[in-house]
Amino acid sequence: MAAAVPTSYTDKVIVSDEVAAFSPEIVGEMRMHVSKYPPERSRSALIPLLMLVQRERGWIDNPGVNFLAKFLDLEVTDVWETATFYSMFNLHPVGRHHIQICKTLSCKIMGEPEITEHICSKLGIHPGETTDDGKFTVSLVECLGSCGTAPMMQIGFDYHEDLTTDKVNRILAECE
Amino acid sequence: MEIRAIGCEPLSLKRIGVKDGHTLKVYRDMGGYKSLEKAFKMSPADIIEEVKKSSLRGRGGAGFPTGMKWSFVPKDSPKPKYVVCNADESEPGSFKDRYLMQYDPHALIEGMIIAGWALGSSTGYIYTRGEYKYLIDIMDIALAEARDAGLLGKNILGSGFDHNIHTHTGAGAYICGEETALLSSLEGFRGHPRMKPPFPAVEGVYACPTVVNNVETFTSVPQIIEMGGENWRNLGTEKSGGTKLWSISGHVKRPGVYELPMGYADMEKFIFEDCGGMLRENKKLKAVIPGGSSVYIMNAGQILGKNVTLDYEGLVTAGSMLGTGGMIVMDETVDIMESTKNLTEFYKHESCGWCTPCREGTDWLVKIFNRISDGGGRPEDAQLMLDICDNIEGKSFCPLGDAAAWPIQSAIKQFPEDFKKWLVDKAATRNGIEANV
Repeated sequence: MAAAVPTSYTDKVIVSDEVAAFSPEIVGEMRMHVSKYPPERSRSALIPLLMLVQRERGWIDNPGVNFLAKFLDLEVTDVWETATFYSMFNLHPVGRHHIQICKTLSCKIMGEPEITEHICSKLGIHPGETTDDGKFTVSLVECLGSCGTAPMMQIGFDYHEDLTTDKVNRILAECE
Repeated sequence: MEIRAIGCEPLSLKRIGVKDGHTLKVYRDMGGYKSLEKAFKMSPADIIEEVKKSSLRGRGGAGFPTGMKWSFVPKDSPKPKYVVCNADESEPGSFKDRYLMQYDPHALIEGMIIAGWALGSSTGYIYTRGEYKYLIDIMDIALAEARDAGLLGKNILGSGFDHNIHTHTGAGAYICGEETALLSSLEGFRGHPRMKPPFPAVEGVYACPTVVNNVETFTSVPQIIEMGGENWRNLGTEKSGGTKLWSISGHVKRPGVYELPMGYADMEKFIFEDCGGMLRENKKLKAVIPGGSSVYIMNAGQILGKNVTLDYEGLVTAGSMLGTGGMIVMDETVDIMESTKNLTEFYKHESCGWCTPCREGTDWLVKIFNRISDGGGRPEDAQLMLDICDNIEGKSFCPLGDAAAWPIQSAIKQFPEDFKKWLVDKAATRNGIEANV
């Protein structure tokens, strides 16, 4: 059983002055986002760029934050201030496949508890934890806007709806 | 899952099931962007007048008259004006906007360009919840199609009007569906709401005049321009014009997204006929939350035989609200204490933390619910929770506080037996002495 994910971002913080490096293509993509907003309002690009950093680095780490602070001419604290508010930003590493099971009302009354129990016992972890091999993280999340096809989950950015335990087994088997 | 119109010709759902309906070519073949051509021949003031006549009300939950909102933008302000689409769809029970964006992205684009023309805005943003990334990708493709065809950019269709629309991602925050918190987030900050007044129409994003509207509100605009505001209104009722998308989930045989004329009669027929009735034939209807989790919960007695019409006024008369039209149907297997606890956890997680009543209140409500579901309920807990709700309602910066209080207030009122079971029958005993009822 993997150790529980720290509950506060101040746990086990690794402070680093390292600044992440990105390829010219990625920097070009970042510039494309910045260009959507008035030049003096480039902070608007912060959340889209945090998503990009997380896509490239797996989570929001110090080198990524240090890069964004330089890129957008912000203080490092400005970047953390925003990054710590939003639930989709991983402030710690997650498994290759982040299983996010919707726990809100429609999913709950349509069988979420059984799905969660099935996934957790199959993977041998509790919600909030990552498998020892770093392959899966399981989280319980709030309404994903898929109530008509409950119960459901999101793995990475992919929606998996109308879940049964059989369907869950097939989906997990396809995760590399 | 069903996606279809009942009781009216599909308008918002016109392109559901149409092959390649999301492409510019098919959209135009079906008459798309003709409303934009018509709008360019009208004055901005006339367009706002037409939207007012339609009695279109915000489809994101608040139901504010759209024409009135647009008229608040100061015409002679020297500041640039912005059109922002609220695609943050996060209200539990609501799942309609995602299908509009997936199957009819050009209807949203056309509606936003018309709004831009009416408001003198050259820039629009589509703020989309981060979990809907696949929809951002679809919108980006549709926006590129529109740009390539000269429907976005400079001098659109030779009108002399410039307008650009950009997608913008959220990152997981229900509160960013509240328009001022959305604007904070759009500016790159934490999603904290802002005091109103000033209203976004006067001081919105970057302190510039901004109109924020829901996806379905914008997709209704080309329809209104095409058939005229009054004709669109007459599809519904006097005060609730047009058609509405309802998202049905929970214990029904046919959950899905349904387009209904406003004023559809009635909720009982809708659940038991149109949605196929109860999921399990031998389990009776117990509760319905008609408009997304933030509206008052209803018990079966408020619905069966009561002719609850599905429009803004009808639902208020019946003791609830229309909200987003996200209808959650629950049968007798649901324990309303548990369902209310589930929603209270939602509001506690999603509270932005700015206001003490909401931040502390939702936290305490969850703690009390945890104690109750662990078997430690006391008879005085009902009044305790109502007192906390009273200290939140109307006393926070934004409606999330109210939304956290209303489910509890209405659940205790409409389902006293479910709470009695936990607070009295299973009441905590101290030192072996039974708690007084």
